[in-house]
Amino acid sequence: MALLEIKGLRAKVGDKEILRGVDLTVNVGEVHAIMGPNGSGKSTLANVLAGRINYEVTGGTVRYDGKDLLAMKPELRAREGLFLAFQYPVEIPGVGNAYFLKSALNSIRRHRGEEELDAMDFMSLVTEKMKLLGLEESFLGRSLNDGFSGGEKKRNEIFQMAVLEPRLAVLDETDSGLDIDALRVVANGVNTMRAKDRAIVVVTHYQRILNYITPDFVHVLVNGRIAKSGGRELALELEKRGYSWVDEAAPGPVAAGP
Amino acid sequence: MVTKAELEEKYSAPQEYKHGFVTDIEEEFAPKGLSEDIVRYISEKKGEPGWLLDWRLRAYRHWLTMKEPKWANIHYGPIDYQDTYYYAAPKKKPANYNEVDPEIKAMYEKLGIPLQERAALAGVAVDAVFDSVSVATTFKEKLNELGIIFSSFSDAVKEHPDLVRKWLGTVVPFNDNFFAALNSAVFSDGSFAYIPPGVRCPMELSTYFRINAANTGQFERTLIIADKGAYVSYLEGCTAPARDENQLHAAVVELIALDDGEVKYSTIQNWYPGDKDGKGGIYNFVTKRGKALGRNSKISWTQVETGSAITWKYPSCILQGDNSVGEFYSVAVVNNRQQADTGTKMLHIGKNTKSTIISKGISAGHGQNTYRGRVQIHKGAVNARNYSQCDSLLIGDKCGAHTFPDIEVNEPTAQLEHEASTSKIGDDQLFYCQQRGITPEDATNMIVNGFCKKVFLNLPMEFAVEAQKLLAVSLNLEGTVG
Repeated sequence: MALLEIKGLRAKVGDKEILRGVDLTVNVGEVHAIMGPNGSGKSTLANVLAGRINYEVTGGTVRYDGKDLLAMKPELRAREGLFLAFQYPVEIPGVGNAYFLKSALNSIRRHRGEEELDAMDFMSLVTEKMKLLGLEESFLGRSLNDGFSGGEKKRNEIFQMAVLEPRLAVLDETDSGLDIDALRVVANGVNTMRAKDRAIVVVTHYQRILNYITPDFVHVLVNGRIAKSGGRELALELEKRGYSWVDEAAPGPVAAGP
Repeated sequence: MVTKAELEEKYSAPQEYKHGFVTDIEEEFAPKGLSEDIVRYISEKKGEPGWLLDWRLRAYRHWLTMKEPKWANIHYGPIDYQDTYYYAAPKKKPANYNEVDPEIKAMYEKLGIPLQERAALAGVAVDAVFDSVSVATTFKEKLNELGIIFSSFSDAVKEHPDLVRKWLGTVVPFNDNFFAALNSAVFSDGSFAYIPPGVRCPMELSTYFRINAANTGQFERTLIIADKGAYVSYLEGCTAPARDENQLHAAVVELIALDDGEVKYSTIQNWYPGDKDGKGGIYNFVTKRGKALGRNSKISWTQVETGSAITWKYPSCILQGDNSVGEFYSVAVVNNRQQADTGTKMLHIGKNTKSTIISKGISAGHGQNTYRGRVQIHKGAVNARNYSQCDSLLIGDKCGAHTFPDIEVNEPTAQLEHEASTSKIGDDQLFYCQQRGITPEDATNMIVNGFCKKVFLNLPMEFAVEAQKLLAVSLNLEGTVG
């Protein structure tokens, strides 16, 4: 079943058109990798899906679970099960990790008509997930991402994902800035999230992370459009030949919309 | 004729002041304006002894020689001191709670203030001041058994004149400043508490101040004394009806702690702040000061200031006794056109005196928030220590935060630390929260509460919850708390 259907998506940031007609279908149970050179629109795509302001959609449609995703507020998208692991997780001093995550989880549970978790149930849920990502107990009491190292922030993103159990997870360059050990921990966290009722989209510049998270499909984004799609082997080919290979093979520029 | 735009504006006005109702009750007023006769009128109405009338008159005569202070970072039109009523009281003076006018009882019920003895459940003894007089004091008898005196100021003058005379004006003299002098001349009521040696007051003492009548100033005076080894925690709350005119509130609070004594004073100030365009609201010009007179004594101020059109207030500590401790924890919120100039003074006189200042200012709308603080280490205050932390949080881009810290050290062994920060709730923070399913209102609330945590921790539990709710209301985040 198609969980995400993107058709002809165009978006601009400021005056600059970044996405210029993206088509992509993601079914439940699948893992997709979206690769591309710097400035190709990978992060823009991730942010547009999450509904960030300043990213203006100028054309196309996005259906999520059969609904018009672009008409939903960001918090509604999240409650409907869309999760974005941020490239640059935000620091919020004074707000504890545990408090933040419990509020997020309960807002999602309320939306689903489920009972809110109390502190005890929440603790037993998160303790298990923390082990998965090698996080210390003291982590929960710290302020959200405040003073965290780059690696800690990224692990926190995957930890949140593990607790919130989204239906569609979009990982925006989660691998950037991670050393090899941290990368393994993060990838392991993602792999345990693979499920037949969930889809994962991994946005990355390097194919390195795909050594640990094996995608079902790989797409190459160039100049705001998907220039090439294929299987796992496409990523390896890219690694060997560089993005210029796809750039040259890409279809010519599409005329701007009507 | 009302235009559609005006109507829309009226009904979309986001900030709702919940305590803006007026209670319809017959009140007795002194003639408008201020003169020696008015001072005498008030004193006579209260059946005061001659020494207190003299004190009032001295204050009044001194006030005439003073000028309204202009150094604060606040802006307002001239106050006409002759266009205010200085005394208003319900016509029927109740002898006890059962005789309190049902209209007033209903009002306090509406405000959620427990006046009846069943308030035992809440563990709070309440003195309620309605306009100029105290209408009920709960728990008086129970406290009496411990030797604790908790009554309206007027009753204390009648029943314990020696105590009042001994301490009145010893911390804030009548000539201290313009507004304190005015208060000393015309104060109408307030609360009085005395905790005898070695007694730990078993419940929160609380005063609830309510301005009801129009064009009336409220000038209450509070005096709290913790004798040797005594402890008391005291809380005051304030509300007023929503009116288009500005109303003046000039209170004086004096705290005294003797050897090993401690007074903890918490304020939740929610006077009417005016409407979103800055029309109406209370002018809150208040002098609060505590004297840690004895060895090892302690004065602790916690304030949550969300109301008033203008706040001018510096709860301070005179650390006179050796090893005495002073604390100031403050959250001040301004929204719409509110202005606050608030902070503290810590005067270190005794040896090994220690003070802590934690100030959190939140500015939203067109609000202007100023922290003004002075830490003064006198010569001989050996090993005095101060820690100050002064943080500002901005919401939106039309508000302002200002800080004026002032440090004066005359003692080489003193140690002082000062930290300050200014931050803004960013769109990226809000988006991050939204992406986790949290609405921007809840996210703002969460960030604001995180910002204020250090101060809220110092409030008595049930009031900390109240303070959080109040903050949400002040910042238009009401009804979104999960």
